[in-house]
Amino acid sequence: MIWNKKDETLPSDELKKLQSKRLQTLVKRVYENVPFYKKKMDELKVKPSDIKSIKDISKLPFTTKDDMRDTYPLGLLAMDKKNIVEIHTSSGTTGKPVVDAYTQNDIDLWSEVMARTLSMGGVTKNDIVQNAYGYGLFTGGLGVHYGARRIGAMVIPISGGNSVRQLTVMKDFKSTTLACTPSYCLYLAEVAKDEGFDLKKMNLKVGYFGAEPWSESMRKEIEAKLYLKAIDIYGLTEIIGPGVASECDKQDGLHIYEDHFYPEIINPTTGEVLKDGEKGELVITTLTKEGTPILRYRTRDITYLMPKLCSCGRTARKMHRLLGRTDDMLIIRGVNVFPSQIEQVLLKVEGIEPHYLLIVDRKSQLDYLEVNVEMNDKIFSDEIKKLEKIEKKIEHELHSALGVHTRVKLVEPKSIQRSEGKAKRIIDKRQI
Amino acid sequence: MKIKQISVFIENKTGRLHDVAKVLSDNKINIRALSLAETSDFGVLRMIVDKPDEAVKVIKTNNFTVKITEVVAVEVPDKIGGLAGVLKIVDSASINIEYMYAFVEKKHENAILIFRFDKLGDVLETLKKKGLKILTEKEVLSL
Repeated sequence: MIWNKKDETLPSDELKKLQSKRLQTLVKRVYENVPFYKKKMDELKVKPSDIKSIKDISKLPFTTKDDMRDTYPLGLLAMDKKNIVEIHTSSGTTGKPVVDAYTQNDIDLWSEVMARTLSMGGVTKNDIVQNAYGYGLFTGGLGVHYGARRIGAMVIPISGGNSVRQLTVMKDFKSTTLACTPSYCLYLAEVAKDEGFDLKKMNLKVGYFGAEPWSESMRKEIEAKLYLKAIDIYGLTEIIGPGVASECDKQDGLHIYEDHFYPEIINPTTGEVLKDGEKGELVITTLTKEGTPILRYRTRDITYLMPKLCSCGRTARKMHRLLGRTDDMLIIRGVNVFPSQIEQVLLKVEGIEPHYLLIVDRKSQLDYLEVNVEMNDKIFSDEIKKLEKIEKKIEHELHSALGVHTRVKLVEPKSIQRSEGKAKRIIDKRQI
Repeated sequence: MKIKQISVFIENKTGRLHDVAKVLSDNKINIRALSLAETSDFGVLRMIVDKPDEAVKVIKTNNFTVKITEVVAVEVPDKIGGLAGVLKIVDSASINIEYMYAFVEKKHENAILIFRFDKLGDVLETLKKKGLKILTEKEVLSL
């Protein structure tokens, strides 16, 4: 089912015309209203008048996550603050959070793209959407909420966690649609088994899973255990939240809503734009956002644009599901974690050596991070309880800094491999 | 009257206990008593050895974390009620035991109890006054 037949099936020359027109307007607006972009464009000697069509986009400067942090909180606003009706931010675990400021039109746009997303899997106004993404500053919860409301479906804003209650609500209200992270969905299946809920007798028909990487085999497992169709969705706070791209019922690649979010794939080292089908870093420009429009955001996600048009009738290009990252970021239960953050925490704990190893695995379908820390003479004690206290203390410090539970394990001195080049800090055992 | 115990940090991995024992044996160090306390990740091996300072040196050069702790050795007759009698005295003096282990001494049919108390202070005096036999390092090592 196509939510917005007109916009989602525009012939490609018309789409290009629309993108060109929108890009011109956008560039003029940010040049005039956002000093940050004026400066960046002046440095590259690009004037708004140099942008005549979407092809000229490669003349424009990139925006990085650091740029967005440096301008925290509202340095990227393109209009008066009185027009902003809602703020969302990233968790800020790696520094200052990234801010998304929405005007009413931006919220309408968000509702529109999320309505498209939910329609892709067949949600209509007759459906009951159990929204188990977190509500709050995180974009997941409200993004799905607005989309479901736009369609006119019934929303259950249950937010994340509290699994037995999730299952009870799912059963009692006959939820047809589930939205949450893929790992949480599999965890729900386990709880259902333990608590005696028969998932076969539930009414679920479709699930929307995003915010962490997952694979085709995980899709098969989810579909077999929850008796629903599993749809991969993509989005990021820097752009709008969920609703940047989504799979249609063909479940083969994610349509990017490119009338609003223009995608490019670049070589992450040279910045050169690559052809469709070539693997590289995804870069997105928000063509229509008003509050905090973004030029050429470097997502650091690795993927490629799929050259063929989809048989579903939509003309928006598709991107392959994510293939990796250009940095060493880990996504643990939907939270972004960088090894450097863990290092900072460890260095603050007195007596701890800066040698550590991160082991990421998935247990009971949930991501699990073990932090191995080397023992040394300073912290060693002949009493087990003192050693356990050290582990607990580090676990606590890491939890406050990252927002993710980790398990700290003390290991023998010099047991973590030393390297002369880039240290090997991560062992990722997750099968995704 | 306090005696030296060495404690070694070992991970719960195959062969690590053997590695420590081998280091000591290669350096002709004799283990008089030992205990192993463990969690799911790691263990702490505590030992009374005949040459504690030398033991620390060789264990350290083999990349283990090791430290010396002061413990107390109490001698009791190896018969029913021996341990209970000592613990009664320790309890009545409100002394807290961090951990303890025991070994039987062959020559005199006595048992040696090794105690780690949380605060040593005047514990030794108290225990002696109550009639316990506290061994010196020399006595322990000559057993």
